Amino acid sequence: MAEYDVIVIGGGNAAMCAALAARHVVSRVLILERAPEHMRGGNTRHTRNIRCTHAAADQFFSGPYSEEEHLEDLIGVTGGPANLDLAKLAVRESSKLPEWMSAHGVNWQQPLAGTLHLGRTNRWFLGGGKALLNTYYQTACRMGIRIRYDAMIEDLVIENGRFEGVRLKNGNTEEFIRGRAVVVAAGGYEANIEWLKKHWGDAADNFIIRGTPYNDGMLLATLLKKGAKAIGDPKGFHAIAVDARAPKFDGGIVTRLDAIPFGIVVNQLARRFYDEGENIWPKRYAIWGGLIAAQPGQKAFCIVDSKTIDRFLPPMFKPYQADSHEALGAAMGLDPKVFAETVAEYNRAAAGNTEIRIEVLDGACTRGIAPPKSNWASPIDRSPFYGLPLRPGITFTYMGVAVDEKARVLDQSGRPFTNVYAAGEIMSGNILTKGYLGGFGLTIGSVFGELAGREAANARA
Amino acid sequence: MPGLDLFQEANRQLIVCNACRYCEGYCPVFRAIETRRDFSQGDVFYLSNLCHDCRACYYACMFTPPHEFAINIPKILAEARMETYQRWSWPGFLARAFKDRGITVVLAFAVAALVLALSILLIPFTSLFAIHLGPGAFYEVVPYIAMVIGGVFLFFYAIAVWLHGGARFWSETRSALHQPGGVMALASAFTAALGLRYLKGGGPGCFYPDERPSSVRRIYHSLTSWGLLSDFVATTLAFIYQDFFHRLPPYPLTSAPVIFGSVGGVALIVGTGGLIWFKLRSDREPEGAGASGMDYVFLVTLGLTALTGMLTLIFRAMPAMGSMLILHLALIAALFVTAPYGKFVHFVYRSLALIRYEIEQRQPRQHVGH
Repeated sequence: MAEYDVIVIGGGNAAMCAALAARHVVSRVLILERAPEHMRGGNTRHTRNIRCTHAAADQFFSGPYSEEEHLEDLIGVTGGPANLDLAKLAVRESSKLPEWMSAHGVNWQQPLAGTLHLGRTNRWFLGGGKALLNTYYQTACRMGIRIRYDAMIEDLVIENGRFEGVRLKNGNTEEFIRGRAVVVAAGGYEANIEWLKKHWGDAADNFIIRGTPYNDGMLLATLLKKGAKAIGDPKGFHAIAVDARAPKFDGGIVTRLDAIPFGIVVNQLARRFYDEGENIWPKRYAIWGGLIAAQPGQKAFCIVDSKTIDRFLPPMFKPYQADSHEALGAAMGLDPKVFAETVAEYNRAAAGNTEIRIEVLDGACTRGIAPPKSNWASPIDRSPFYGLPLRPGITFTYMGVAVDEKARVLDQSGRPFTNVYAAGEIMSGNILTKGYLGGFGLTIGSVFGELAGREAANARA
Repeated sequence: MPGLDLFQEANRQLIVCNACRYCEGYCPVFRAIETRRDFSQGDVFYLSNLCHDCRACYYACMFTPPHEFAINIPKILAEARMETYQRWSWPGFLARAFKDRGITVVLAFAVAALVLALSILLIPFTSLFAIHLGPGAFYEVVPYIAMVIGGVFLFFYAIAVWLHGGARFWSETRSALHQPGGVMALASAFTAALGLRYLKGGGPGCFYPDERPSSVRRIYHSLTSWGLLSDFVATTLAFIYQDFFHRLPPYPLTSAPVIFGSVGGVALIVGTGGLIWFKLRSDREPEGAGASGMDYVFLVTLGLTALTGMLTLIFRAMPAMGSMLILHLALIAALFVTAPYGKFVHFVYRSLALIRYEIEQRQPRQHVGH
């Protein structure tokens, strides 16, 4: 019977970091990746940078980023991490990541054009997440780590708090693989529509899942069933506005739209429902998924005109286009009269605001209208007019399993399982309770992946 | 996507790339994409010739087939590139060689065979298989005047068709250039072309023949292009020796023409051999339909030209010299006759694309970002 020192379940960044770290200590390491080879790597495929603490500027960071500032930023967006000690650990250990990643073959690049505001705090790996994964998989192969794709886990065998092995399902046959320790880095459950429906009802049918269809949360469910302690809001997810024509799964970065601060957003009743100019876009883009999820049919439309159509990142899907407000409303399947009325009302309230300065809160607000638009409220009056259909695009879920400072999974009473570890999205709820800090998902995955792999390898007995 | 023609399909894919931009660090193609919002046919012509086929973007892309976005930039740009080669070549019936590489092969064989047949018919066997030594030894086999007329004609014919194609590239890929490029742009394009700067995959090397990056292909390509340049220098030096200093070949082994010639020859043999070997093992997925056939014809012709040149040198004091010489001349003829109708042309359009890129990068522009 096969036996491994460390079994890693999952195939994304956290899993790879765990496997590589474990392999430095022990020789028999197995990665069980649920996806087929061409889809390996979970949502890491769609990432592009990692947030790291660092003392000084270098070739890739434009300035220093201290532990204190890093932690402040994290607390600022999440409203306080669930477990402050683990948050501090992630922030502190993140300073070692660039060197560790380089040592495992990762190449770097300058920040992408248009992302310069992250150039001081985040580091870009060359080519994005899939390139990062390719590098890790190649390194893992060189180091003699076994990798199995299409690995469907039937069950984790845990006796008296002790992991014994995993049961795999191959068609009709079952296979048992014994392991001395396990790292579960199998992602969240955002691709499991039935699970989302438990909390969101049929609205979940209208959600678009931005990442891998393989994050069905089976390992999270298994761990919870085995008595692991859950942490984080089970209803919570990170969601942004994506093009409604995006594929149900895996549309990634190219379906997101950055048009909202330039125009207005109406729902299917052709009415506005939220302040489109509340705060600068990097601080507000992540509320729009939830806002649209609460609208009828979970659908909305962003409307801009020819003054602003070229000012945001070009969308993948062609916008609806028309020469009058009525015609645009009709083209989008809205009541043309109500739509034209909404735009006209907004235009009156925004009259006189001629110039948009998107880099700052420019104070060009609407007057006497509810909801208001607090900044960048320029009338939509120069044809042709454009409409972009929007739906909520779910990035990830928050709920996961509680872990300790050695990445060991905790049981209901708060005691750790002997040799069960977790890393990545499946335990990010220990730190992220709501909101998101760009590039911090990979920080959690890398710090806790490396930690879990090392601890699991050392704990084998 | 079925039903779309090549340029619509390229446009569709480039718009997805422009919404993503993860590949920006790899090469100029993506940075050129970002200065546009829509892609005209001219833009596709330009971008396809700017692409060096390093394939980094293919392996980094999360939207390659079987993903429904079906992005495969090296493949679509290689296919668009072949279209431009044909479009800008001349005359039309020979330009078809890019689609139907049978024409190139037939052309190469026909010319080589013609040279061989003429040689065998006109050169007495006693002379062909004799030992020739001393100044003018080669011309005792093939008269100097025949070499000059044939060589000069083919050389200038190829250059004329290249120039014509280059002019069409420049006018059809016109983009909004508000400022001239200047010396710095030209210098940067020149070093990028000669140093194969963009066969580095943004740093780690070409993703060729498979997804593990390495610099080996760039080395093979450098050996090939620098070897060719070295042989060109050798030929020019020999011309100067002969027509200005009145020293007839063969030249001593330590003379400049022979040193340049043999260094170039060995580099060409290793370079073309390596590129052929890599190509045989390369991933077919990111490859343009029909592109590898065109590449093989060029690499084989070039490699054999170098090989027979080296053999002529090795056997030059033996009876085999005559046969090697006419074989070598036949292959040179084939190389230059097919030069405007095969992979050789890529250096013209790629160099011009690099110049356009360097000028574009120096234009004042507003970054569309988020």
